[in-house]
Amino acid sequence: MATILILGATSDIGMTIARKFASGKFDILLAARKPEQLQPLESDIHIRYGVNCRSVAFDALQYGSHSEFFSSLQPKPDISICVFGILDDEEQAFNDWHLTERMIHTNYTGGVSILNVIAKYYIARKKGTIIGISSVAGDRGRASKLIYASAKAAFTTYLAGLRNKCFKDQVHVMTVQPGFVYTKMTENLPLPKLITSTPEEVADLIYKAYLKKKNIIYVKWFWRYIMLIIQCIPEFQFKKMKL
Amino acid sequence: MKKQIANWGNYPVIEANEEYFSFPDRLRELILKENGFIPRGNGRCYGDASLAKTTISTLKFDKILSFDRQAGIFECQSGLTLDRILDVIVPSGWFLPVTPGTKFITVGGAVASDVHGKNHHIDGSFSNHVLEMDIVLASGETISCTPGIHGDLFEATCGGMGLTGVISRVTFRLKPIETSFIRQKQVKAGNLEELIRLFEEYREYTYSVAWIDCLKKGPHFGRSILMLGEHAGVKELDPKRQNDPLQLPKKKQVNFPFNLPSWVLNPFSVRAFNFLFYSKNFKKEINNVIGYEPFFYPLDAILHWNRGYGKKGFVQYQFVLPLESKRGLVEILHRISDKGLGSFLAVLKVFGKQESIISFPKEGYTLALDFPVKPGLLEFLDELDRIVLQYGGRLYMSKDARMKPEILQHGYPDLEKFKDIVRKYNPDEKIRSIQSDRLLLTTN
Ligand SMILES: Cc1cc2nc3c(=O)[nH]c(=O)nc-3n(C[C@H](O)[C@H](O)[C@H](O)COP(=O)(O)OP(=O)(O)OC[C@H]3O[C@@H](n4cnc5c(N)ncnc54)[C@H](O)[C@@H]3O)c2cc1C
Ligand SMILES: NC(=O)c1ccc[n+]([C@@H]2O[C@H](COP(=O)([O-])OP(=O)(O)OC[C@H]3O[C@@H](n4cnc5c(N)ncnc54)[C@H](OP(=O)(O)O)[C@@H]3O)[C@@H](O)[C@H]2O)c1
Repeated sequence: MATILILGATSDIGMTIARKFASGKFDILLAARKPEQLQPLESDIHIRYGVNCRSVAFDALQYGSHSEFFSSLQPKPDISICVFGILDDEEQAFNDWHLTERMIHTNYTGGVSILNVIAKYYIARKKGTIIGISSVAGDRGRASKLIYASAKAAFTTYLAGLRNKCFKDQVHVMTVQPGFVYTKMTENLPLPKLITSTPEEVADLIYKAYLKKKNIIYVKWFWRYIMLIIQCIPEFQFKKMKL
Repeated sequence: MKKQIANWGNYPVIEANEEYFSFPDRLRELILKENGFIPRGNGRCYGDASLAKTTISTLKFDKILSFDRQAGIFECQSGLTLDRILDVIVPSGWFLPVTPGTKFITVGGAVASDVHGKNHHIDGSFSNHVLEMDIVLASGETISCTPGIHGDLFEATCGGMGLTGVISRVTFRLKPIETSFIRQKQVKAGNLEELIRLFEEYREYTYSVAWIDCLKKGPHFGRSILMLGEHAGVKELDPKRQNDPLQLPKKKQVNFPFNLPSWVLNPFSVRAFNFLFYSKNFKKEINNVIGYEPFFYPLDAILHWNRGYGKKGFVQYQFVLPLESKRGLVEILHRISDKGLGSFLAVLKVFGKQESIISFPKEGYTLALDFPVKPGLLEFLDELDRIVLQYGGRLYMSKDARMKPEILQHGYPDLEKFKDIVRKYNPDEKIRSIQSDRLLLTTN
């Protein structure tokens, strides 16, 4: 049976991805900073879907541990999905280097560090799938998402490069660009209902796109066009806008 | 984040700050931070029981913790809904010990309203099958209780409408089944007397409920259909189904897309009832084998059917009268049919004995029906309340959005004891709802 590794498994999106793949009979490896929190999800998945599910400790910011983390996994995952991320208050972060740095490292550096390790392993075996959750925010920089958006932009670009690098070795890389999603991350933001997804919708679409080996998906699909329009606004005008 | 919320009756609608949690730490944090909140499940109570300026939703706290397939014991977090539980237990040969008329409620809500099903006269209410539960108190402390350990907390939490604390984990006993089908018998009753006689005649049946036509007057006053059921055995299924007797129903649902003007639903149910009642092959009784969904959850097939009552919403009125007060039942039904404000159909069930301090069921007849919100309705329901009290009955808090505190006071003889326990575990009244304030269970 194939196994999926979920990095950042305590996230609302990560937990629904775990259930979705388990319903497709994948074994599940949950990786999170506090794996003990995930015991209920382990039993839930095991009882509902009859697959194996266990949790392991993982911190995206402990780059030094990533290699050992991955080599200790037994069995090795066939799919690895990078879900962790962080959105701090941007105004506070602008005034506090510590927060800025943490946002950059969690959304970008941490992902690069662990995915480099995993990609090397998949390339050597000439098989495997890497899925990275980035964000539509990275498609254009703007004031209200100054640091978050730039880190996600970097991560999106990294995933594109990795796809290109891995292609000849039959390793597939998929980029997921969610728009607004109702989760812990956004619980205090007023989100427009019509264009906001639920974590279940995100997980369903990721699962379907994985089966079809898509390269880049927007969740939901119309976000691709929303972002296209936003990207078409000329910079001299965009810079004056309140976004 | 602030949003507009309402429970199933769409009345009242309030602005609330709805908080979610997936992990116990976060729940504790929320409880310590918030002042004046109520736990909320899936909002299937009809009125204002799970409404407050802050609600703590359990819907993301929905994990199955253990399921002993041999012994039929199930343990889960409180936000898990019954439909999800059925998906897991039915194929293993188990069923819910008690289920309300909708599967879209949480386990926490099942305990907090101490829900009853069509089998109350045989199996009691939901809490009779609860072995153990965890409750997170207003202080943030978690207490595990059983009927014997912290028995006062256990007792006041069953039917206590969330006021003792947030139920976080529940272990309960399931009921064994051979198949996922129900052997059903439907019997026509020409009037109320006949219906009551039939209830007695068929009291051995595990499941029973009747639909009464509330508009019919004269000699056919109270014409109705009594629906009885038993879990079917494998041999009772037709041969095609016998090789997969525990199959789950296919998922198909129709969504009620928007609020309809309030006259639409009534003709709909009138037609459904008349169709059945006058159907050619329905002489006196029908016997057949059907899936558990159409038997237990006929209304769930139409998601959001409550929108059929329109924007102003509706209240459901449910009371119980002691067995000896049949006259009260007749009087109330007459009032309802004379006034013509109610829905066309009322649901009648028989409750068996129940020992509890704040749960709704007690031995007798319970009647439930919907009233679309209209001018004059609240006054009329106050009138009905007085008749209910006069005959020694009481109302179901889980359906209530409007009763006066003295009606609760007189209907529940152990109310003071309940309030004392609530004060012990929720001393600063941090946990309170619009309903508890209105009923003076918490003081303003
Ligand atoms: C179509 C339909 C048919 C129904 N049929 C029946 C029936 O046959 N028999 C019956 O008894 N009821 C019936 N009901 C009512 C329903 O079963 C109850 O109101 C039930 O409590 C709703 O559960 P919920 O999860 O939606 O909780 P909510 O409606 O959100 O809350 C109900 C109460 O439970 C409390 N609560 C919820 N979760 C917790 C928790 N974790 N800890 C502490 N308190 C909590 C709330 O504070 C509130 O007081 C029916 C409702 C509908 C819509
Ligand atoms: N919600 C949206 O609208 C939206 C939109 C676009 C993209 N996204 C992206 O979707 C992904 C999932 O987010 P979500 O919305 O589900 O939010 P979430 O529930 O807040 O999840 C964020 C997760 O990241 C984890 N995390 C943070 N720092 C970490 C670290 N150093 N090491 C390991 N894990 C760490 C957190 O773990 P802890 O539990 O240990 O804190 C948490 O599980 C994120 O990448 C996010 O940027 C979300």
